[in-house]
Amino acid sequence: MPRHLLNITDLSMEEIDELMDQADDIMKTPEKYQDCMRHKKLATLFFEPSTRTRLSFEAAMMELGGNVLGFSEASSSSATKGESVCDTVRTVACYADIIAMRHPKEGAPMAAASVCPVPIINAGDGGHNHPTQTLTDLLTIRKEKGRLNQLVVGLCGDLQFGRTVHSLMSAMCRYKSIRFVLISPKELSVPEYLRENLQRDKVSFTEVERLEDVIGTLDILYMTRVQRERFFNEADYVRLKDSYILDTEKMAMARKDLCVMHPLPRVNEISRSVDSDPRACYFKQMLYGKFIREALLMKLLEVKA
Amino acid sequence: MNIDSIQNGYVIDHIHAGRSMELYRYLKLDQLDCSVAIIKNVKSQRMGKKDIIKIDQLISVDWEMLGYIDPDVTVNVIKDGKRVEKKQLEMPDQVINVMKCKNPRCITQTEQELDQIFFLADREKRVYRCHYCETAYKRG
Repeated sequence: MPRHLLNITDLSMEEIDELMDQADDIMKTPEKYQDCMRHKKLATLFFEPSTRTRLSFEAAMMELGGNVLGFSEASSSSATKGESVCDTVRTVACYADIIAMRHPKEGAPMAAASVCPVPIINAGDGGHNHPTQTLTDLLTIRKEKGRLNQLVVGLCGDLQFGRTVHSLMSAMCRYKSIRFVLISPKELSVPEYLRENLQRDKVSFTEVERLEDVIGTLDILYMTRVQRERFFNEADYVRLKDSYILDTEKMAMARKDLCVMHPLPRVNEISRSVDSDPRACYFKQMLYGKFIREALLMKLLEVKA
Repeated sequence: MNIDSIQNGYVIDHIHAGRSMELYRYLKLDQLDCSVAIIKNVKSQRMGKKDIIKIDQLISVDWEMLGYIDPDVTVNVIKDGKRVEKKQLEMPDQVINVMKCKNPRCITQTEQELDQIFFLADREKRVYRCHYCETAYKRG
């Protein structure tokens, strides 16, 4: 059975530490790793659009000396002819050593993994999970704050359909003395199962609607986009899309060592005027994503430098 | 109301009032030739009202799945007119192809012939969640 990454909790905390250490080493000495994936192929199956995730996966594989194939939209695959996800991955597994898959349906990578003889990486499944974004987020937090425990983490925006938020919460629950501040309109609050998990694991959390009321208490502020593609009703999207906008006025209320993160893309939830603030970490976050994906590819293919 | 006692079969007791027909359908009791009695709204000290099903044949039953439908039921196994066993049912850890995920965003809505798998997420609150999307299953 190949090792898949479908949910962030598929990795132990020790394994996540090892991945982050490996990513750090790749950052420091990339030449050591430039041929370790020679003759290996990554297939990127993106049934839903992506810029950062797909390109960072592809760049990661290329920097390790491997090759890449795949598609960047469902319309250029046999999915348009009605081919199932399971048959698609059975096919691709004949041509590639590992698959990174994004799909609009929740649980699609899990269904795919049940029939796939090569490792599958969930690169985002609908509003459900996005474990490699979480690895990116954890590496960013470790690099920017120097620790992954004793943190007050504010999650702001669409917490209902924000898959990056769901995966990040599941991962950070496991670290000591984490307190979540969940900032969202009631309609976009976290799914019930995550709230239950927090209660079960006795993780401290509060739910509020106004960012201004809590921004001064946060170590991390994780902003998210209200995603048009997750709504069945356009009117609901229009009503909620401008719920939170982080600007210089709100940043003035925040602590000097706040770390502002965003999985990107953003629309208008972070004003461009915040970009030059040293507390804005979201562009560095993108870069870290490539290195942690390199480390992940190596781990799942059991490749050493 | 008199219903004959059975010789070889089952008495499924402590069914939540109103749920006996669900068990009847699940156990496919309509396909049996033997006597089957469904007794509804029986007075019960413990439950107020309960349903009882009597089956006059030792049929093969997946008791785990019955535990999913109603974990409070007790099953009395009758042989030669005597009770030889009393089963307390438990909720199974996993349920396959019994209910369907209702989340329109779940892969089970579009992928052909994918097993509908649910796992027991909270035994106390009796919550099952979809294996794929983790949405809780709500009856009805």
